Amino acid sequence: MKRFIAVLKARNLEFIRDKSALAWTLFMPFFLIIGFAVIFSGDDKTIYKVGLLNPDQQNIEFLTTKYIQPIPFNDEQLALKKLKHHKLDMVLNLSTQPMYWINSSSPNGYLVERILWGTGGKTFHKQQVAGKEIGYVDWVLPGILSFNIMFGCLFGVGYVIVRYRKSGFLKRLKATPLKAVEFLLAQMTSRLILMMAITIIVLSGSAIIIDYTMQGSYWLLLFVFLLGSICMISLGLIVAARITSEELAGGLLNLATWPMMVLSGVWFSLEGAHPFIQKLALVLPLTHIVDASRAVMTEGAGLAEISGNLMVLAGMSIIFLFIGARIFRWD
Amino acid sequence: MIVVILPENEKMTPLIEIKNLVKHYGDVHAVNDLSLSIPKGICFGLLGPNGAGKSTTIEITEGILTPTAGEILYKGMPLGENFREEAGIQFQATSLQEFLTVRETLKMFHDLYQKTMPWEELIELCDLEELLDRDNKHLSGGQRQRLLLALALVNDPEVVFLDEPTTGLDPQARRNFWDLVKLIRARNKTIVLTTHYMDEAYELCDEIVIVDKGKIIAQGTPQSLLKNHFGDTILQLPDDILTDELAKSLGFRYVTRNNWVEVQTTDAHTTIQQLLAANISLSQLRLREWSLEDLFIALTGKHLRQ
Repeated sequence: MKRFIAVLKARNLEFIRDKSALAWTLFMPFFLIIGFAVIFSGDDKTIYKVGLLNPDQQNIEFLTTKYIQPIPFNDEQLALKKLKHHKLDMVLNLSTQPMYWINSSSPNGYLVERILWGTGGKTFHKQQVAGKEIGYVDWVLPGILSFNIMFGCLFGVGYVIVRYRKSGFLKRLKATPLKAVEFLLAQMTSRLILMMAITIIVLSGSAIIIDYTMQGSYWLLLFVFLLGSICMISLGLIVAARITSEELAGGLLNLATWPMMVLSGVWFSLEGAHPFIQKLALVLPLTHIVDASRAVMTEGAGLAEISGNLMVLAGMSIIFLFIGARIFRWD
Repeated sequence: MIVVILPENEKMTPLIEIKNLVKHYGDVHAVNDLSLSIPKGICFGLLGPNGAGKSTTIEITEGILTPTAGEILYKGMPLGENFREEAGIQFQATSLQEFLTVRETLKMFHDLYQKTMPWEELIELCDLEELLDRDNKHLSGGQRQRLLLALALVNDPEVVFLDEPTTGLDPQARRNFWDLVKLIRARNKTIVLTTHYMDEAYELCDEIVIVDKGKIIAQGTPQSLLKNHFGDTILQLPDDILTDELAKSLGFRYVTRNNWVEVQTTDAHTTIQQLLAANISLSQLRLREWSLEDLFIALTGKHLRQ
């Protein structure tokens, strides 16, 4: 325990004094949030998303209209929930008694309704839901926080351990009674503390800069980020377990982060993407951090609703940690 | 009959034994069946040119590298947890954490051990008082070596390993480091040192082995090694005073080196009389002792720092 604390303290001091790294982790999310708030202040969406409850019935003119994108749904409740949050512009049921739902506060819904009327849907039964629009910035904020956690954890742990190894610092530690597990746990704990502190700072800062939506519990949100950080750090430990070259480590870390940046739904929703891409996204830990934190923030999801994501994250963490600790080498 | 086990018997067990050590890196045989034992309380030197296998040998002994074959015994047992607590190690190249001060670095290593040298004593011994609040990355070469030595001494070790500790230091810093090693030696600690500086080994070591191509080629105290290999003295004269022909005609054993003729003799008295009889001016005569460098050349036919 004394040895663990000693290494933890040294690592914390090193990080806090490394001003450039600290600034990067702290200010990047702010820049992104402000940037998106400015860019997406107007809603310039030109494709209308229509949730389709019975996809086998597609032979009406409306669905072949340009800029109307039908998205099949099996679950009516889910489709209506998305409509409520302005993720869909309309939900359509083409059974023997055709009906449609629109969100009464959505301008897009109003327009899609006019298009439907003009393309053979004039007689369909109309129903309405109401719900505040989740703006793009509300939607992207949990993504940016998750994204920052991914970078901070993967590079902050992976890259740093490789640097220690290359400089001979790890070899020097090997010559002491310090055990590999103690060293790795100290690195992990140090990064966890810092990432959670930074996440809280960014959330508080965002509350001042932009008025974001928070539908769920902050404790649950922090728990999602904590578990997500553990998962990302564990992944970083695998990358850093044996490599001695910083360049190779940097390359591998980029290789790990890029697919997640693009495919985990940080910037845009994967709804309507090819099913293969959607399946692929599920093996990326970032997907689960983004999904869970976004569900908590924008939909007010509780523990039960995100338990699937949390279980995947916990499982991945255990597997990554096991592998990382097993293949770790000091030199 | 009563057998009395004398305390001396204990001293007979070497602190460290290296038995039939072999280390291969692919096709490269870095260490070739090397055996030696290091008694307690001495400064033991491992000498040899770059690539002789010194560092590989010392790092296997420290338990950092695993040997291809052979074994290492510490106090008669294979290396265990007690070794990590009781050994102090200074590697050839170690960078420490940046953004930490000397004090914080020492404190961290201090906390890794159960038994430690009292803080004040350690700082004074390694002369670090004035550097305590300096960032590691702003230390000079000599200061860094002193900090690394302090890290190796932080656990008040029984055995200290120093791998080429003065390589790259200026002459002044080297001298200072030697004084430090002598202080540690005076505390009755065992020191295992590698170096390719012959003067360093001569100055510091009680016993040395000379290693070349992963094998021991000579072993003993520096003085006895020189005495056994060279029973004679060297007289030096400029080659314009003692010319080649003259030296040849007087029947000397000699070599020419940098405009000096070096005459090797077992009887300096007779040789000087011969020179006087030949009317050669002795005003520039120099006497030189054999050095370990000469020994190394004699043994391997090559210079140490090639």
